[in-house]
Amino acid sequence: MGQTAREHIERSGDDVSDDKPAAPSPAALAHQARAKTPVTVTGAQSLVLALEAVGVDTVFGIPGGAILPAYDPLLDSVKVRHILVRHEQGAGHAAEGYASATGRVGVCMATSGPGATNLVTPIADAHMDSVPIVAITGQVSSGAIGTDAFQEADIRGITMPITKHNYLVTSADEIPRVIAEAFHIASTGRPGPVLVDISKDALQARTTFSWPPKFELPGYRPVARPHSKQIREAARLIAEAKRPVLYVGGGVIRSGASEELLKLAELAQIPVVTTLMARGAVPDSHPLHLGMPGMHGSVAAVTALQKSDLLITLGARFDDRVTGQLASFAPDAKVIHADIDPAEISKNRVADVPIVGDCKEVVTELTEVVRADREAGRSGDYDAWRRQTRAWKRTYPVGYTPPEDGSLAPQYVIERIGALTGPEAVYVAGVGQHQMWAAQFVDYERPNSWLNSGGLGTMGYAVPAAMGAKRGEPDRTVWAIDGDGCFQMTNQELATCVINNIPIKVAIINNSSLGMVRQWQSLFYDKRYSNTDLHTSVGRRVPDFVKLAEAYGCVGLRCERPEEVDDTIRKALEVNDVPVVVDFVVHRDAMVWPMVPAGVSNDAIQVAKDTAPQWDREESEADEQALLDRMEKH
Amino acid sequence: MSKHTLSVLVENKPGVLTRIAALFSRRGFNIDSLAVGPTEIPEISRMTVVVDVEELPLEQVTKQLNKLVEVLKVVELDSHASVQREILLVKVKADLQARSHVLETVQLFRAKVVDVASDTLTIEVTGNRDKLSAFLEVLEPFGIKELVQSGLVAIGRGPRSITDRALRTA
Repeated sequence: MGQTAREHIERSGDDVSDDKPAAPSPAALAHQARAKTPVTVTGAQSLVLALEAVGVDTVFGIPGGAILPAYDPLLDSVKVRHILVRHEQGAGHAAEGYASATGRVGVCMATSGPGATNLVTPIADAHMDSVPIVAITGQVSSGAIGTDAFQEADIRGITMPITKHNYLVTSADEIPRVIAEAFHIASTGRPGPVLVDISKDALQARTTFSWPPKFELPGYRPVARPHSKQIREAARLIAEAKRPVLYVGGGVIRSGASEELLKLAELAQIPVVTTLMARGAVPDSHPLHLGMPGMHGSVAAVTALQKSDLLITLGARFDDRVTGQLASFAPDAKVIHADIDPAEISKNRVADVPIVGDCKEVVTELTEVVRADREAGRSGDYDAWRRQTRAWKRTYPVGYTPPEDGSLAPQYVIERIGALTGPEAVYVAGVGQHQMWAAQFVDYERPNSWLNSGGLGTMGYAVPAAMGAKRGEPDRTVWAIDGDGCFQMTNQELATCVINNIPIKVAIINNSSLGMVRQWQSLFYDKRYSNTDLHTSVGRRVPDFVKLAEAYGCVGLRCERPEEVDDTIRKALEVNDVPVVVDFVVHRDAMVWPMVPAGVSNDAIQVAKDTAPQWDREESEADEQALLDRMEKH
Repeated sequence: MSKHTLSVLVENKPGVLTRIAALFSRRGFNIDSLAVGPTEIPEISRMTVVVDVEELPLEQVTKQLNKLVEVLKVVELDSHASVQREILLVKVKADLQARSHVLETVQLFRAKVVDVASDTLTIEVTGNRDKLSAFLEVLEPFGIKELVQSGLVAIGRGPRSITDRALRTA
């Protein structure tokens, strides 16, 4: 439709006989909004205008029958750029990557039926990891709902347990309000995914658009400000504690509380552990930081939690991968538990001091009270405890033994990627051994620099999430550190990256197998490797990842020797116009250590196969260190 | 396990019952009974849910319910501080011989005959769970042909109203 026709409709503001009114230009819309004149549009145009109005700049998606009306005005939008992915799962993870890297709401779009069901995995993933995304799906026309129409799926019903909230919209008039609500719900409180399913007739119907719409959510009132009595009680426990640990989870990242947290840790001089979802919440280089707790956590972090007498839990949820056997987790510790989601508090471990609130506000207020307590002479003395935790960290650093045959250690590859790329980059992992090594061997110095699928453990997350992150943060280097298994689940999005100039870097940690499953088969199934051989490097290369990369128009590199690692990474860092895929062919028997086997106490941590930390040796070293510390002081 | 009666005020929107039922099944909570109906405020529906859980899981139930965007308020009603009722409709065999005995039982329980056929009586009785099961126990020997029972509904005793407060905060 020509510009004149558009202007005519905008100016007249009357009911126009044309079936498909054109979208007003943004300037005209702004003008009309100021004049409070509703604009006559289709439901589809109303949707696009609403997305523009909430500030969306990117939508990842694939069109199809039911969502088709929405794609027409999308073509005209100058503010919203739609990126055509190759599979809806890619759209969902890209929205997650965009959201996790930027802190803004990510958006994905799909058609009804299979388009919508393909979004289920990323939606569930976002729900587990509290990622703010809005998924918009087309639905068959309202009259056909319930008739098993072509490409009909009850996506609202399907996604009820895996969304923070979801909508089925069958009237065009509701679109602006629902979009406004969806973005509000996704981004406030505990962030999460919201699905908006819109029937085709609602997209086609005539309606009026005005912004902002009025909405009321009487049942949705997240509490951000903590109760001051609880804060004082928490401060009292902190002052009384002898062995406190700040147990920091992903909530600290989502609430942007890193700076505040560092102030609290430094003021009170309390050791910190950061969970898989919280890597980067506190710089890894910080002396109070003990590393990651949990199944593959550092000895220092795991042991500090076990021996602690006070867990100051911030935006963490006592996940089974952190606690191990729950009954024997941190047996002597009292628990302060702060979370914006009241349902997380005392869900797995009963909290002595529950605090409902946003981590940023909780930490800020707690710091104030702790400071006042210290000034009044009420402060805990954690010197001995800190020395002990530091000694554990020194004695049992997370490390690895290079393979004796001179082949490539996966840990070395990941360590060098981190070292040569630096802390300003974004690192996105898939799920499995490479994910754990990426959590262990890259030094994270800032929040939102580490993206992974923690809760759901979705293989295939890395490539599309890296794409979303790169789109959201185009000036940062974005590495997808992926496995050969994970990569093959979503690598088709390389096409999307090439065509849309999203030059991500992919490091395939290729051990020719489903490595984490193979590790468990090695340890617990008598080395019977049932269905874990992927034939991606040992014996055959199916597929040849370098050729695959080149077929997509990416740069493909391969590295098989330790001495080639740095040069290969540098080469990859120099390519900035197209995506780079590096096939790092690594030793297949490397394992992730330390490890607490599933379901046993964290006290049973092993630093290598059948090797428990030698506590006698460590304690004597700790004493030695204490002596050295004292000598330094005097 | 112990039984708890929860009054759940929800926005009267499509799908809200599914959401609540799905939440119970997803989190592995057992619903003993569930009754839904309108309130004095057209936009608000009220569900009465009887759950069979311990104290700690009950706290989880309440918190998870409260997380649902369309849930306005969750109140646990203590059985002593509330009136709790179920309704039972039962079709009992009652030929000429048995009829007077059945009618006597109806009298005793302050129940009501709502339909009569040549050899059956259909009886309506209201009360708490104990009363209804006692009633059924007495009717059993006559022969129960069919029975249907509502979920439990409950309301707090005294002048206060939970919908009042829900609306004020809304």
